[in-house]
Amino acid sequence: MTRLSILGGRVIDPASHLDSVTDIHCADGHIIAVGTAPPDFSATQEIDARDHIVCPGLVDLSVRLREPGSEHKGTILSETRAAAANGITTLCCPPDTNPVIDTPAVAELLQHRALYAKMAKVYPLAALTQGLKGEHLTEMGILKEAGCIGVSNVQPIIKTDIFSNALKYAANCDMTVFLQAKDPWLGREGSIHEGRVSIRLGLLGIPEAAETIEIARDLLLIEMTKVRAHFCRLSTARGVDMIKEAQALHITADVSAHHLFLTEEDIKEYNSDCHVCPPLRHQNDQNALREGLRQGYIQAICSDHQPHEKEAKHNPFAMTAPGISGLDTLLPLTLRLAEEMNMDLIEILSYVTHKPAQILGLNAGTLAVGSVADICIFDPSLSWTMTENTMHSLGQNSPFLGWEFKGKVTDTLIGGEVVYTSRVFDTLKDVVHESVESQEQYSV
Amino acid sequence: MNAIQLDKFGHLKHFIAIEGLKRDVLIDILNTASSFISVGEKAVKKAPILRGKTVMNLFFEHSTRTRTTFELAAKRLSADVLNFNISTSSSSKGENLIDMLRNLEAMHCDMFIIRHKAAGAAHFIAQHVAPNISIINAGDGQHEHPTQAMLDMYTIRQNKGDFSPLRVAIVGDIQHSRVARSNIYALKTLGVSELRVVGPKTLIPNGIEALGVSVFHDLKMGLRDVDVVIMLRLQRERMHSALLPSVHEYFHYYGLTEKVLKVAHPDAIVMHPGPINRGVEIESTVADGKRSVILQQVSNGIAVRMAVMAMTLGTQRVSIDDKA
Repeated sequence: MTRLSILGGRVIDPASHLDSVTDIHCADGHIIAVGTAPPDFSATQEIDARDHIVCPGLVDLSVRLREPGSEHKGTILSETRAAAANGITTLCCPPDTNPVIDTPAVAELLQHRALYAKMAKVYPLAALTQGLKGEHLTEMGILKEAGCIGVSNVQPIIKTDIFSNALKYAANCDMTVFLQAKDPWLGREGSIHEGRVSIRLGLLGIPEAAETIEIARDLLLIEMTKVRAHFCRLSTARGVDMIKEAQALHITADVSAHHLFLTEEDIKEYNSDCHVCPPLRHQNDQNALREGLRQGYIQAICSDHQPHEKEAKHNPFAMTAPGISGLDTLLPLTLRLAEEMNMDLIEILSYVTHKPAQILGLNAGTLAVGSVADICIFDPSLSWTMTENTMHSLGQNSPFLGWEFKGKVTDTLIGGEVVYTSRVFDTLKDVVHESVESQEQYSV
Repeated sequence: MNAIQLDKFGHLKHFIAIEGLKRDVLIDILNTASSFISVGEKAVKKAPILRGKTVMNLFFEHSTRTRTTFELAAKRLSADVLNFNISTSSSSKGENLIDMLRNLEAMHCDMFIIRHKAAGAAHFIAQHVAPNISIINAGDGQHEHPTQAMLDMYTIRQNKGDFSPLRVAIVGDIQHSRVARSNIYALKTLGVSELRVVGPKTLIPNGIEALGVSVFHDLKMGLRDVDVVIMLRLQRERMHSALLPSVHEYFHYYGLTEKVLKVAHPDAIVMHPGPINRGVEIESTVADGKRSVILQQVSNGIAVRMAVMAMTLGTQRVSIDDKA
C-alpha cells in the first residue's frame, strides 16, 4: 500500500477550518496525519506541493456521464477521468440515462464501470418514478441498498397526488429528493430566458415563473411530507428568495457554475453553447444567485456537466441540445468567483467540497485525519486559456472556450493514490480513448 | 447580426436581419430598389446584372408568394434560379443542415435564399457557408423577415416621402411575427416620430417597449392619428394554444374596419404582408379600399429583392461607393 506525503503545500480544508502551510500524510488510502508525520511513518512517495494549494477532492452534485445510452457523448471512463483531471473525486449522476436509473441493475452497472475506471467515485441518483414517467414509484429502498444516494424527478411530476406520495415514500426510505424545479407547461417550447434577448432573437422564452411556480408547489409538498429535499440548479432571483423564506424546512440548494458567470446576453447571436436548461437569465438573477451563495441559502456549486458531440450543437439555436460541458470549468470558475466576490478560498472551496458532501450525506470533501485521502492539488497562480485542447471531457460544448483562468489542477488523489498528475496526464489524453476501447473489449 | 452580414468595408455580404443596420444601408437599399422599379415596367423585363449567377431558393417552410417574388427578382436580374423543395428532399430523410449545405455548395451556387422555421437559421447557415456564397433571409422563425421590412419601407416612402413626421402602428400578432420585428427595427432606424404596437396581451411580448415602441391593447386608441397602419396576418393555430378565444372575438376587437380606421389620419395608408385573411384581421372593404397599398407592396417586393440580391452579390457596390 502506498504511503504518501504531500509536502509544503497551503492546505485548505473548509470542513475543519484549516488554512495553513503544512504537510499531509496518507496510508492505506486514508489521511493519517496533518502536520508532523507519525513517528513510525516512512513515505514511499512524496509530492512537492510548495506554492500549491492542497484541498479536499471536489464533490460535484450533477454530472451526466452519458453512459448508459449516449456513449457517443461521453462514457463513464472518459468523464470520470475528466473529472479526476479537474480535481473532482466524487460525483453524483442524475437518473436520466437510457435506460433510466430505476432498477438496481442499472445503478450497479454504473457503479461497477466507475469502479473499474478507478477514477472519480460515482454516486447515482435513482428515479423517483419508474422511467421518470411520473406514474409508479421506483423501488427506492432496494435502489438505496444498490448504492443510490438519493432520488430525483429530473422532469416535473405532473400528477400532484403521485408526486406527494413519492416524496412521502422517499422520506420513509430516508432518502434526499433532488428536485429540478420546472413547470411542465410554462415555457415548455422555450429555449431561452423570456426577456430582452428572447424578444430580440425571436426565440420562444422560458419565463421566470416556470421555475418559481414549481418551487412553490415543491415547498408546500415538502412541508406536508417532511421529506429532505435538495433544489437543483436554481436560476432565478425570486427562486432564491423563496428558498430563503423556507429555511424552516429540510432543504438545500445548488447552482451551476455557469449560472454564476453568464446571462442571457451571452447568447449574443444564437451561440448554441449557451443553450442550457434552466436557461441563462437576467443579470439581476445572476447577482441574486451569487448573494444566495454568500448568505448560505445556496450551499453548493456544481458543474451541471452535460457533454455533447459537436453535431448536437450544430444547428439553429432552438434545434440544438441544451447543456454545457462543465467538468473542465468547475474549479477555474469557482476560483474566479472567489476573486470577483472577494471571498476567501476557504469559504469558496466549501461550496465544492464538504457542503455538497453534506448534501449527499457522505463523509467526503474533507482532509480531516481519518478521512479517505481524496485530495486535489492545484497551482493557484498558473494562468491559462481554455481551448478545446485543454478540455478533458469528450464534450467540448463550452461557452468558456477562450476564457483566461488562473489556477490549474496539478495532482488528484483518490483513496490515497495519484490518479492524475498534469506532468504526464496531458500526454495521456489519447491513451484515455484507447482504454475506452479496451474497456469495451473487457465488457464483451 | 452585423458581424456576419457586413464585410470589412461595411457592405452587405449577406442579408440576415434589419437589427443593427445603419440608416445609410437601409436608404441605399431603397434607392437601389428605386432604380430597379423601371425594369419591371419595360417590355423586356430583364437587366443583365446577375447574368451567369445561380440563385437557389431553399424554402424549409411552405411559402408561395415570397418564393415567387424572389424567383421573379432573380430572373429579372438574369440569374439562373433553382427552387429546392425541402419537404420532399433529404431533410425528411434525416440529413442534417450542415451536410445538406455542403451538398448544395458543391453545386456551385452564388446565393441561397433561406426560409426556415427556426429563428437564427439564416444566421447559422451564413456562419457555415462557403465564403463566396451570399445568404438572404426570407424569414427565420419568429426572428426577422428583412426583405419584407424593406419592401414595407419602400412602400411607405413611396406614399409618404419622409419618415420623420410619421406615426406608425403595427397591429396584430406581434409575439409570433418576424415581420413585426424587422419592421420595428427598420422604422426605428429610419426615425419615425412614433411607433406603436397594437394587440391583445397574449400576442404582445412582455418588455417589447425596450425596442422603442409604445404598446396599445385597444385598437381605436392605437390607431388614433396614425399615418401608416401595418396589419399582421393572424395564424389560425393561435386559437389552439389558448392565446385567443375565437376568430370572431379577435375580429370584433382587433379587426381593421372602415369604422375604426376613421380615427387614423385622413391620409393614412393600410399595409399588410399578405396573404390576407378577410374577416379575420381586416375587413374586405378596407383591404380593397382606397387607402390600401397592399398590392403596391407586392410589386415593390420584386424591386426590393432585386436590390438586395444585387447588393449582396457585389454588383451594386460601385454605384453605392460613388454616392458615399
